Amino acid sequence: MRLAVENLDVSLSGRPVLHGVGLTLAPGEVVGLLGPNGAGKSTLMRALAGQIAASGTMRLGDDDLTALPPAARARLLAYLPQSRIIGWRLMVGDLVGLGRLPWRGFGARLRPHDTEIVSRALELMDVAHLAHRPATELSGGEQARVLAARAVAQDTPVLIADEPASGLDPAHQITMMRALRRLAGEDRAILVSLHDLTLAARWCDRVVMLKDGRLAAEGPPEAVMTAGNLASIYGVAAHITRDEGGLILAPTGLTEGGAP
Amino acid sequence: MKPLALNLALALLALALFLASLAVGPAELGLSESVRGLFAGGGEAASIIMREIRLPRALLGLGIGFTLGLAGAVLQGFLRNPLAEPGIIGVSAMAAFGAVAVFYSGLAGAALYALPAGALAGALAAVLILMALAARNGSTLTLILAGVALSSLAGALTALVLNLSPNPFASYEIIFWLLGSLKDRSIEHVWLALPLMAAGWLLIALSARAIDALSLGEEAAASLGVHLGRTRFLIVAGVALGVGAATAVAGTIGFVGLVVPHLVRPLTTRMPSRLLLPAGLGGAALLLMADVAVRLVLPAGELNVGVLTALIGAPFFLWLVVRARREVF
Repeated sequence: MRLAVENLDVSLSGRPVLHGVGLTLAPGEVVGLLGPNGAGKSTLMRALAGQIAASGTMRLGDDDLTALPPAARARLLAYLPQSRIIGWRLMVGDLVGLGRLPWRGFGARLRPHDTEIVSRALELMDVAHLAHRPATELSGGEQARVLAARAVAQDTPVLIADEPASGLDPAHQITMMRALRRLAGEDRAILVSLHDLTLAARWCDRVVMLKDGRLAAEGPPEAVMTAGNLASIYGVAAHITRDEGGLILAPTGLTEGGAP
Repeated sequence: MKPLALNLALALLALALFLASLAVGPAELGLSESVRGLFAGGGEAASIIMREIRLPRALLGLGIGFTLGLAGAVLQGFLRNPLAEPGIIGVSAMAAFGAVAVFYSGLAGAALYALPAGALAGALAAVLILMALAARNGSTLTLILAGVALSSLAGALTALVLNLSPNPFASYEIIFWLLGSLKDRSIEHVWLALPLMAAGWLLIALSARAIDALSLGEEAAASLGVHLGRTRFLIVAGVALGVGAATAVAGTIGFVGLVVPHLVRPLTTRMPSRLLLPAGLGGAALLLMADVAVRLVLPAGELNVGVLTALIGAPFFLWLVVRARREVF
């Protein structure tokens, strides 16, 4: 299902944060959302997830995303917030099972079909072995993967993940990106915000770069993750090389004049 | 513990204590005499004692305990806060103030329904204020802060009424009522409170899915299709109906709503919706137990049940605060 956003404007407490942002997200692709802190990445994702008011058009397939009732939207679009909150000492399996809420009738238990989707989500995020542990007693990285599994268990055509790889060790960063790729392989559309440039360059089909609430660059990593764009968007000089897996980007210092 | 087994065990416990509540009182009635009094008609003493004194008291203990336990559990789940209790949103304090205002006006003696009506008006005012405040800013934190402010205001107004009350006897009567008791309530009180409490239970039950999702925070809950505004309305209205009605007929009974969810939570999966029924049943059991205890401990003077629940509850609260620092919820 194709997500198309045009002319998105968002203001928070009267301060404009996004200015006329446009974006498309097609089934089967992983799109990386990049940009410095405060560029509007999380705001864009929250607007897409219907968490904050936005003006502009947001269409998902044939539906107007803003007109969908919350429950119907939750069956089409899953959103993994950046804040990682676990309120009670829930077991990992039960927590990930919450992803099935939009699909369950009132008070109904998980059906075998739901249980199957939950265990697939647990395996995809490499947390199946933790299913019977209390989520509050896991490490930060494990909690991040458990919460990501919750969003995956929603089994939606579109997944929006806000910095799912931050705080993960290198191996699990790769596990996370590979999981997102695998979800895209099931014909889902994935939008993921990232701070790690190499991770974005090697695992995303396209990247969208925001700066000061505006779209600054958009296209395949090879085309847009250039020294010039990194300098103008992030204010960093970067050492860029490539191998068979794609680009390798290492920021080496600030450009003249420092961070923009 | 399996949810069904837990609910069954707690239901049996509540039933046993309900029967114990029927069996205890200053009048020395034998078991067979009590049963006959309860079911056989006629005007004999046993029948009057059972039907007009003990049955209303036991029914109110059951209903109010269930309401307080349920309200505590749903608020803790909704606010994602282990220290939440029915009093936190200010409804019980406002209900108490409403009743105290009726006492002060002298209408309390005029009609049986005047006092409960005053309390319900107070609870309703609390809901309207909370909704007006919370509708503008969606966060649960606003609700807690507004509730705390409302509680303080209602407490200050209650103190003001005590200050202004015409004679010491009136103050004494008000204080006694504020302490909370199930003593000397009639079946009319039951018919007044029970339907309102049942309506509150229903509203709370409708929010069960939402409070599960809210364990992951408001953003994640909203992304799971939870309508936060509707959930807030269901819970505030449900708690206000239940706790407002409970306060209207029994005064303020503290700590049941705080303590019971914590007592039963370790026996559940800790999923907030799975705690609702056990907390209600546990609340009924605890209040009935306390109400039986006050009749046995001091048969002559009779302690107020609100005093006993607070006496047990306050040390527990301290223990809870110490435990909360270690984050074991």
